[in-house]
Amino acid sequence: MTDYLVNATGLKKSFGATCAVDDVSLRIKAGEIYGLVGSDGAGKTTTMRLLVGALLQDAGEVSVCGYDILKQSEQARSQIGYLSQRFSMYEDLTVLENIRFFAEIRGLSATEWLPRSMEILEFVGLGKFVDRRAGQLSGGMKQKLGLASALVTRPRLLLLDEPTTGVDPVTRQDFWQLVIKLVSQPLSPTPLPQGEGQGVREQSEGVSVLISTPYMDEASRCHRVGFMKAGKIIAEDTPSNLRARLNGRVLELRGSPINVLRHVAHQDEDVEDVAAFGDKLHVRIRADKSDLIINRLPDEIKAAGGTITNLRVIPPALEDVFIALSESSHD
Amino acid sequence: MLNSRIFSIIRKEFLQIVRDPRTLAMIIIMPIMELFLLGYAATTDVKNISMAVWDQSKTTQSRALLDAFRAADYFVLEYFVGSADEYQALIESGDTRVVLVIPPDYDRRLVEGNAQVLMVLDGSDASVGSTALSTARLVGQAYSTKILGEQSQLSGRGAPSAPVEVRTQVWYNPDLDSAYFNIPGVIGMILSFITSILTATTIVRERERGTIEQLIVTPIRSWELIVGKLMPYVILGFIETFEILLIGHWWFGVPIRGSAALIIITSGLFLMSSLGIGLFASTMANTQQEAMMTVMMFNLPMIFLSGFFFPIAAMPKFLQFVSLAIPLRYYLIIIRSLLIKGVGFVAIQSEVIALVIFGIVIMGAAALRFRKRLD
Repeated sequence: MTDYLVNATGLKKSFGATCAVDDVSLRIKAGEIYGLVGSDGAGKTTTMRLLVGALLQDAGEVSVCGYDILKQSEQARSQIGYLSQRFSMYEDLTVLENIRFFAEIRGLSATEWLPRSMEILEFVGLGKFVDRRAGQLSGGMKQKLGLASALVTRPRLLLLDEPTTGVDPVTRQDFWQLVIKLVSQPLSPTPLPQGEGQGVREQSEGVSVLISTPYMDEASRCHRVGFMKAGKIIAEDTPSNLRARLNGRVLELRGSPINVLRHVAHQDEDVEDVAAFGDKLHVRIRADKSDLIINRLPDEIKAAGGTITNLRVIPPALEDVFIALSESSHD
Repeated sequence: MLNSRIFSIIRKEFLQIVRDPRTLAMIIIMPIMELFLLGYAATTDVKNISMAVWDQSKTTQSRALLDAFRAADYFVLEYFVGSADEYQALIESGDTRVVLVIPPDYDRRLVEGNAQVLMVLDGSDASVGSTALSTARLVGQAYSTKILGEQSQLSGRGAPSAPVEVRTQVWYNPDLDSAYFNIPGVIGMILSFITSILTATTIVRERERGTIEQLIVTPIRSWELIVGKLMPYVILGFIETFEILLIGHWWFGVPIRGSAALIIITSGLFLMSSLGIGLFASTMANTQQEAMMTVMMFNLPMIFLSGFFFPIAAMPKFLQFVSLAIPLRYYLIIIRSLLIKGVGFVAIQSEVIALVIFGIVIMGAAALRFRKRLD
């Protein structure tokens, strides 16, 4: 057995002429939350589908908990809980019927499924809605149902494909609290009637989560983050290490008029990029040029008829890193 | 082991069927509708043909001839006209299809032994026309023989016998009631149409709604998924078979002469073909609509070439050859023989073998194409 719950090497997948996933290798440790970020079409969903074996890769290998996803798919899949981007519960079945169905086809016995389902539905906050048809749930509740269904067999690996896209901020917050709770203090194992079967396993280490998201605030909650672009993981590290790559290279600029500030900043030869964050600008500069620019920029702006209220070096946000990485491979 | 995973799928499938009013209506009401449509409207029995008469003779003899036509049960003497223009108008308007013209000298020539009457037929509807034609000939012949006999008796020579007399025995369906032929056919049609459409759409629906992605990631095996998805439709197919059999028997009086076990077994074999076609179509479609069209593409030519509407023996050689690859053809022979003739296994064994081969081939091909994957 390896130390990695997920061990994928050299994954490749093309659809016709488009290469959706290009030589992706991914390792996820037990108890880790791994975030896969990248813009739309970067290959996040395809990567996830390859990891669960929903798509057949052109090259590369995937093992989950030491089982090859293609050759030992049954064993591997019994360790996986997967929440697809698209709602994929049965809308004409109730919440409980959905959970029961997925619990049973994933091997829970007649005596196990009900207490387990109720426990998990309480956990995600759907305890009061067991008899509601899934099609009549709100967007956030649908996602929670999907999460509950993925969790009902207590998988060791949870794959969540953009679970919070299109969900309101409060529900997003709730959702993340659930994920974090899951990793830090896993569901207490219910004492089973027959103390055996696949329900019993080393719960102490918690589950591993692979989550894809377009939101940087969510990425910063992950233990490790992989940036995907054009089918490749172009950077992979902890959020703080990733941010550290731009230490001293991001300036915050406030003043007016904002168009003038932006234009002038862009003209500066040591400025790489200017991005608007509400009423302020994030100016990304070349390494070791901060002092130079902080001295130079105010004069340039004054000359152009603008005023500066604030210009200082700030700790980079993950979003700055993301934008920098997105541009880096253009050249 | 017919394991709990398969049972879970079957139960889920039934829940969905029960909650979908459209599917439910298709399953319960469609067989009854088709049964009554084909039992009544699609009857090829020609009876009560409207007939016009131009009796120029107006004698006891001519009235006796008209009585002979009335007694035949095929004609209703609706119009009595006085000119050729009148009956032509009746035929043109479609009010009548047959006209009997009795000449003024009918009674005189009858005595001379060379009486002639004219029968005018509307041939635009070939099936009505040909029935009317042959019936009119038969009535005329029988009437002639009868008169001949009467004349001989009058002249004291005793009743002569015709040189050749054809005596007929109609087996199994003495009244030649077309319901006997159609209703077993409806069973075949329902089994092939409804079950193949339902299986194709139920599988494609999982793909269309995205639920297949969740199913793929469960440890369930492909064959378990197939069996679980098909099982409910096997059960429904049998329920429909019994439904049609019972209504056909009690309402339309179609006999059930063969063994129930053989009917069930052969229907099950035929179901395998229909489900196979549905499963195969599902592997070629991405939306329910596409699935429906694909199934129709298989089913329509099958219905026409199966011998359900048109006798295979009357088809050109090439189409007869094509029809050999159509499972419904064999099932129609089997179910008609079992119900109406009450034959045993030996009489239908080659058709049963053909069904088994077709079922295995199409199921096998479909199962090979069926992938528990998204691409």
